[in-house]
Amino acid sequence: MTLNATKGQKLLRFLANNTVPILFLIICAFGIPLSGYSANYLVSEIIIRLVRNSFLIVSLLIPILAGMGLNFGMTLGAMAGQIGLIFISDWGIVGIPGMVLAMIISTPISMFLGWLCGKILNMAKGREMVTSYIIGFFMNGIYQLVVLYGMGAVIPIRSKSLVLPRGYGIRNTVNLIGIRKSLDNLLMIRILGIPIPVATFILIALLCLFVLWFKKTKLGQDMRAVGQDMEVARAAGIPVEHTRILSIVISTVLAGYGMIIYLQNIGTLNTYNSHMQIGMFSVAALLVGGATVAKANIRNVFLGVILFHLMFIVSPMAGKNLIGQAQLGEYFRVFVSYGVITISLVLYEMRKKREQAEAGLSLAAAQEVEA
Amino acid sequence: MNGAAVVSWGKRFVRSFGLPRIIIALFLLSLFILAPFAGVNVGTSLSDTLNRFGMNAIMVLAMVPMIHSGCGLNFGLPLGIIAGLLGATISLQVNIPGPASFFLAILFCTPFALILGWGYGALLNRVKGGEMMIATYVGFSSVAFMCIMWLLLPFNNPTMVWGFSGRGLRTTISVEGYYLHVLNDFLSIQLTKHLVIPTGMLLFFAFFAFIIWAFLHTKTGTAMTAVGSNPVFARASGINVDRIRTLSVVMSTWLGAVGILVYQQSFGFIQLYMGPFYMALPAVSAILIGGASVNKASILNVIIGTFLFQGIVTMTPSVMNSMIHTDMSEVIRIVVSNGMILYALTRKTEAAR
Repeated sequence: MTLNATKGQKLLRFLANNTVPILFLIICAFGIPLSGYSANYLVSEIIIRLVRNSFLIVSLLIPILAGMGLNFGMTLGAMAGQIGLIFISDWGIVGIPGMVLAMIISTPISMFLGWLCGKILNMAKGREMVTSYIIGFFMNGIYQLVVLYGMGAVIPIRSKSLVLPRGYGIRNTVNLIGIRKSLDNLLMIRILGIPIPVATFILIALLCLFVLWFKKTKLGQDMRAVGQDMEVARAAGIPVEHTRILSIVISTVLAGYGMIIYLQNIGTLNTYNSHMQIGMFSVAALLVGGATVAKANIRNVFLGVILFHLMFIVSPMAGKNLIGQAQLGEYFRVFVSYGVITISLVLYEMRKKREQAEAGLSLAAAQEVEA
Repeated sequence: MNGAAVVSWGKRFVRSFGLPRIIIALFLLSLFILAPFAGVNVGTSLSDTLNRFGMNAIMVLAMVPMIHSGCGLNFGLPLGIIAGLLGATISLQVNIPGPASFFLAILFCTPFALILGWGYGALLNRVKGGEMMIATYVGFSSVAFMCIMWLLLPFNNPTMVWGFSGRGLRTTISVEGYYLHVLNDFLSIQLTKHLVIPTGMLLFFAFFAFIIWAFLHTKTGTAMTAVGSNPVFARASGINVDRIRTLSVVMSTWLGAVGILVYQQSFGFIQLYMGPFYMALPAVSAILIGGASVNKASILNVIIGTFLFQGIVTMTPSVMNSMIHTDMSEVIRIVVSNGMILYALTRKTEAAR
């Protein structure tokens, strides 16, 4: 016997499972007319944001598959990507070769940091998210030690424009003029006057295909099994700890590449800030797209980027037109970003409880029939 | 006593006190020893450390009830701080100068702390097991929400609002003329030219610490510890688990509110907007440095932890600066405090939660 859900219950279930995207649709529906931006402007802005952020957000998918929640430790990958960019800026390698070299430099650093992060997360099973979040902060300290005190003193940096006037340490902002938009401009077409960087989209599509393919491989299936139930997976002979570490390593390496793509679009590197914000924004965007801590797919990524950044673009102007203060809109979008993460986390925990209760109910019903 | 006995005693000591704690304590001790050679006045440093200890201790104390009831580390401390900020701004709006404003601020922050704490506690009861991550984001989103509110709330005391527009609160508000140093100067003892003991502030902390200590030994306090160590057992012995957890969260929130007021009266400024954003992390790592874990904490942990943490924060900039002419204190602070939180989160013994 199964529990029959009525139409009303089904609708409620749908609303409960999609609370966050629906909430965002409503915010955007109010915000867009208030901001007074033209459709053309909004579409071209959204395309820029898709180019910038998608790769980074896709890197979050694999740890979710392995049941490790949202990988706030993606900031580690972002740091590795930034270190790669600092080196190529110093060596003066420009364009696509510069980007590729930055990726090559970032890879071993990402792998090492990801391995470390995975090791630590294996010691903190059940509270991976808060731990990965603190790892981000901790590594930020190490990153500062290396970049602010090590570079120029221990690690040779020749370029005067990169180093602080005191002789060591990297400046607060690094101009990435050499690789600025080099990937975006590789193959740029215009539709209705809206520039579309095709090359970047091809790269993102390839990554999406990779993730889809990866889910079907032996390793991907192992990760899914580990994500479902660690003990069962262990009994089935899957090396649980190893698989979990691998998922974090892959995520960190991809986040490093994503950060390089993100920064080539922006064109300047905020040496001590860029990586700290990126984790929060990526996680928020993924959740806005309807992902949960336990389940996320490619669709969530793109829906999330569109909705989240639409809100981000319109809110300062909407705030200005509504109350007369752009500052208000700025604070509003920060509030919404954090609010979304809070709501998603709470809903996830509550849904987990509800599902446990429902499983109990159906088990009880089944036993009643047998008796 | 022979060598082997000393070694085994040492091993037991290290195990009970914790290796990271010993390293941090030795580091702080070496800083104090090095200070005179680096040309740093020990009296000034000691008095700074005591001052910072008093400023932060109550916020660290705010961690204790929630750890006891099994809600984990209170990363949502900013919520309590917001209640305190509301109390402080309303007290300044009422505009009664002098020490009375401090007690008014405590009075005004209390209803906010109770309401916010109750809501926060009710939320945490529905997400048992995932408290810490959600607490972090409850703190962040409430700070961001209050950023909007500080702009919109109808405050009009000219010392608080932006001069040119006449509305919207400033990012930092001076408490001079209101409750600046009310506790610091109360019975303060000038030992030498540089060494001042802020007796009033330390007594204020001692008072709260005693109350919490006494509370934990009452019937309700024991119930709280029981809920924290074994919720199922606690329910079986007739304790209303959710009610006790909510009580602990309300206590934490209120202590956070009072804590920020004590901080302000010594610091001299009310910091609004993004000010409270990262204030939970130093408090969390201080209590962990003091020997607490994710589900065990005592008043002694609070005292030792706050002293060690604030000692390092005070001493590293001055000593390091004069030794190697580089200010690495920020990096050291980040690595030590977050490293300590990581250490606590990854301890195998507490993996049950």
